[in-house]
Amino acid sequence: MDAPVEKDMMTRSSEIPMRVINSAKASEVVNTIKRIKRSYRQIRTENVFKKTLVIIGLVMVILVFGILLTLVVESLPSIKALGLKYLWGKTWDPVQDVYGAFPFLLGTLLTSFLALIISIPFSFAVAVFLGEYYPKGWLSDFLKNTVELIAAVPSVIYGFWGLAVLVPIVRSFESKIGVEPVGVGIFSSSLILAVMIIPYAASLGRSMIQMVPSQLKEGAYSLGATRWEVIRSVIFPYTKSGLFAGVLLSLGRALGETMAVTMVIGNTSIIPKSIFAPGNTMASVIANQFTEADKPIYVSALIELGLVLFLVTVIINVIGKKIISRFTNE
Amino acid sequence: MESTIIRSKNFNAYFGENHVVKNVNIEIPKNHVIAVMGPSGCGKTTYLRCINRMHELIPGATCNGEMVLNDEDVYSMHPIFVRLKIGMVFQRPNPFPNLSIYDNVIAGYKLNGIKLPKGERDKVVEQSLSRAALWKEVKDSLHKKGTFLSGGQQQRLCIARAIAMEPEVLLLDEPTSALDPISTSSVEDLLHELKTNYTLIIVTHNMQQAARVSDRTAFFYMGELVEYDDTKKMFTNPRDNRTQNYITGRFS
Repeated sequence: MDAPVEKDMMTRSSEIPMRVINSAKASEVVNTIKRIKRSYRQIRTENVFKKTLVIIGLVMVILVFGILLTLVVESLPSIKALGLKYLWGKTWDPVQDVYGAFPFLLGTLLTSFLALIISIPFSFAVAVFLGEYYPKGWLSDFLKNTVELIAAVPSVIYGFWGLAVLVPIVRSFESKIGVEPVGVGIFSSSLILAVMIIPYAASLGRSMIQMVPSQLKEGAYSLGATRWEVIRSVIFPYTKSGLFAGVLLSLGRALGETMAVTMVIGNTSIIPKSIFAPGNTMASVIANQFTEADKPIYVSALIELGLVLFLVTVIINVIGKKIISRFTNE
Repeated sequence: MESTIIRSKNFNAYFGENHVVKNVNIEIPKNHVIAVMGPSGCGKTTYLRCINRMHELIPGATCNGEMVLNDEDVYSMHPIFVRLKIGMVFQRPNPFPNLSIYDNVIAGYKLNGIKLPKGERDKVVEQSLSRAALWKEVKDSLHKKGTFLSGGQQQRLCIARAIAMEPEVLLLDEPTSALDPISTSSVEDLLHELKTNYTLIIVTHNMQQAARVSDRTAFFYMGELVEYDDTKKMFTNPRDNRTQNYITGRFS
């Protein structure tokens, strides 16, 4: 970025003697000096600007690693006291100082994968519709913006909606199929999560589908393929890694979602007996119990949950991004 | 007497408001190679894509007039049947990257849900690749991905893929413009052999190519069919001034 400014400076300074000799007007000399001074100021501003950007960027990096460090340091007491048993322990009883995170690991995995299974057909349908059938026009713009808005709605609102609308529906469904009609639980959380994560896989899938070279699609059309056959035999194979990356990003979002899940999962620290039973995820147990944690080891055990969650979501996101960048570079 | 396989009457094509093919009347005889030449943007590719109804896949693209294949109106047939009868080879080789050479050749069957017994499948693959003059080069690597082939081989693979469907007409849209001279001449040699079984319509930028490969040549200019005649006659004694100017290189 410095180069053009410096070059500018050089041409200007070489102009000065010429001008002085030619015109020899005092006012012009003053003007030239003013101009040079301004150029120096420009260079200084440029340097300050660059340094500011570097510092801000560094702050971001330090922040993330600082959070990771805090999580590690704060969960050390729990790691030392409980070891690996912590991850497999089936009982979580802070009163007796028994901390087993397995019910929450299970709760997190159950809700997230169930949500993923429910949301995939919807996200793929939206992606195909917007990417292939109607890439342009007011209808597709409207749909695209609406789906993206899903990601922008605060999650506490999903929690409200879940409690007010979804939980009663699930409860009556549960009483119909003959399980205990609690309403709140793993299943309701999965439904809420499914809605919340649709935009991630959908918008990534849409852009991947739009990147399929038209010559490949035309090749298939010219052999007498229908639109569905082109989607199935050309677009899906070509975009499968991109679609998979979108699913991974959705998963990362589902794993970490806290507020909406906390409101509808039922806050029970035992292993859920079925997908309709109440439970807890790693995120929801932290939200539910952090304020009531009264012993250092209790706090530390909760923070260790946070550490596990942090690492899992980071890994999932890194893999997802890797796949996307490989796909877009090809 | 040679029989006509494709006939257009007062045929027009549009992109939105843009009139790109203007009132084209042409009769294409069976088992001949017809070259369609003209400067960029003259509507030759659009006209070609109208023959097998690929034109209408582009949003906003429309056309009208008569387009007849063997006494049957192309535009009252289902587009899928049209495209099964009229195959197409594109400017850039476009083998399906996720399929092997073998599967690329029978891709048309797969896409249309036609299940052939293994023996017949092998026969179709061998016959199509032989006709496309590619069999000898790839017979030992049939299950490798088609994208490992050179550009010229890929283009011949695309020709094999198109003729595997046993079309009556094969449309070639500047099939050699992305190829090196050696691959170009191997594709051109192929066209001569293919015309015993198929009718070939080839769009080309390249006048020498039109002169080399075709029996008849159609010259398009600004969306109009200016002249359509035997290739020899057209290149030695063109009737229209614009054709004269084009083949002598006064504009391109």
